[in-house]
Amino acid sequence: MSEAYQRVKGKVALITGGASGLGLGIASRMAQEGAITVITDINDDKGQQAAEEIGAEFMTQDVSREDRWQEITRHIYEKYGRLDVLVNNAGISGDGLGTDPETTSLAEWQKIQKINGDSVFLGCKYAIDYMRKGGGGSIINMSSIAALVATPFITSYGASKAAVRQLTMSVALHCAVTGSKVRCNSVHPGQIITPMLESLFAEAANKVNAPVDQVKQGFLDKIPLGEFGEVDDIAYMVLFLASDEAKHITGGQFVVDGGMQLNG
Amino acid sequence: MTASFSGKIAIVTGGASGIGFETASQLAKAGCHVIVADINNKATEVAEALDTDSIGFKLDVTSEENWIDVMTCAKETFGGLDILVNCAGIGFADNFEDMPLDHWNAMISVNLTGTFLGCQKAIKLMKASANPGAIVNISSIAGLVGGEDIAGYSASKGGVTMLTKSVALYCAGKGYDIRCNSIHPTYVDTEMLDPIADSFDSRQVMLDGMATQVPIGRVAVPSDISSAILFLCSSEAGMITGHQMVIDGGQLAGIPAQHTV
Repeated sequence: MSEAYQRVKGKVALITGGASGLGLGIASRMAQEGAITVITDINDDKGQQAAEEIGAEFMTQDVSREDRWQEITRHIYEKYGRLDVLVNNAGISGDGLGTDPETTSLAEWQKIQKINGDSVFLGCKYAIDYMRKGGGGSIINMSSIAALVATPFITSYGASKAAVRQLTMSVALHCAVTGSKVRCNSVHPGQIITPMLESLFAEAANKVNAPVDQVKQGFLDKIPLGEFGEVDDIAYMVLFLASDEAKHITGGQFVVDGGMQLNG
Repeated sequence: MTASFSGKIAIVTGGASGIGFETASQLAKAGCHVIVADINNKATEVAEALDTDSIGFKLDVTSEENWIDVMTCAKETFGGLDILVNCAGIGFADNFEDMPLDHWNAMISVNLTGTFLGCQKAIKLMKASANPGAIVNISSIAGLVGGEDIAGYSASKGGVTMLTKSVALYCAGKGYDIRCNSIHPTYVDTEMLDPIADSFDSRQVMLDGMATQVPIGRVAVPSDISSAILFLCSSEAGMITGHQMVIDGGQLAGIPAQHTV
């Protein structure tokens, strides 16, 4: 295969939460593999900077706002003539540890469902028709291993990610049976080294009054492959699902967790 | 696929036809030396036509002795083993009450015992190498859900699903740099469907019927499966082990729409 081959060449891709962490890693791979890449984020400064670094367009977005989803998808379609890939990556873990089912407030619960759940619903809702017009597309929803195993200490997060998983399957079926050629899959990262995970370590260390390294080792001990994931581990999974290599794959759940779920 | 397989060594069972053939071809195109292992005598002919220095090997996956021999061959010919793809498989559809015991035994033996032997012998060779190893086992959507007329096939493929997870955990637990994953295709248009096609007016009638069960509206072709196999074998999938990767055009995603008029 020649070096000039690019796996998503000419595709137009939208990645939410693209200013940092997984979103930035995914956007960077997409751009490198030839996609016209648009990243959105609620963090304006970091988003602008990230977009410049990887050669993408940046748009500010609160993913829980319906009108903004309409504006962004319309803008992309009008400017580039198509939308091929949507990566619903933006999400929050909430107030972190200690949010067990008894102590989680309704406000906290609703905030997480809104940002992690509503956003994915809205993204799928407004992307499908533009993708259909271009002859098909690939939606990749970032769920989590927390959608598949119990998360007693981050209850709302787990429930929101499980909703994303189920929504993914319904969207996949809807798109397939209506002949839209739009595929929809969910990716389930385990413990990936990102700012979100680092803050979870710090918080856990603070809570149990133990050194961060010790807490980190505790998390690591639960991963059979013996190492934390890297951002690229997820970016490559998403790249595959976005590319035509995965053209028969829809409704699937893709676990990238170093085997963690096997112990779960 | 941009990942390089240059100089890697792979064994693909069932490599003379269907998914195995497509996988062997794609791996060779990406620079891999392939041992095309098949019970079919065409294996050598297939291997000689590949892009890289590859060889054929007559392998009965149910024979432990054959597996030991193919591993010795990999070591002596190419110096080791990086990739094993367990594609060899057979299927019979039967009315459950009338299903002959020899059908059951044949499927368990080829599909499940064959995969077990492959994993076991491959690990022995892979763990001696400094390079990472990858095993991909071809299960089926029938390894995740049942079917009224494919009880034996489904049981054998369900076994492959769980064997894969245990092998993944075993290797990780031992600190071996070997990953093991399973792939779960829907119907794939290959020679494996030939016996079923015989009972239809034409192959196309059978494929059209099967396609109605797949939301995406078609059955899979071998390259739909081989692209996923190459991904799982590549360094890009370095964090993926014990995973069941479904390639089914949405078949297992849920309930077909029939609640609205």
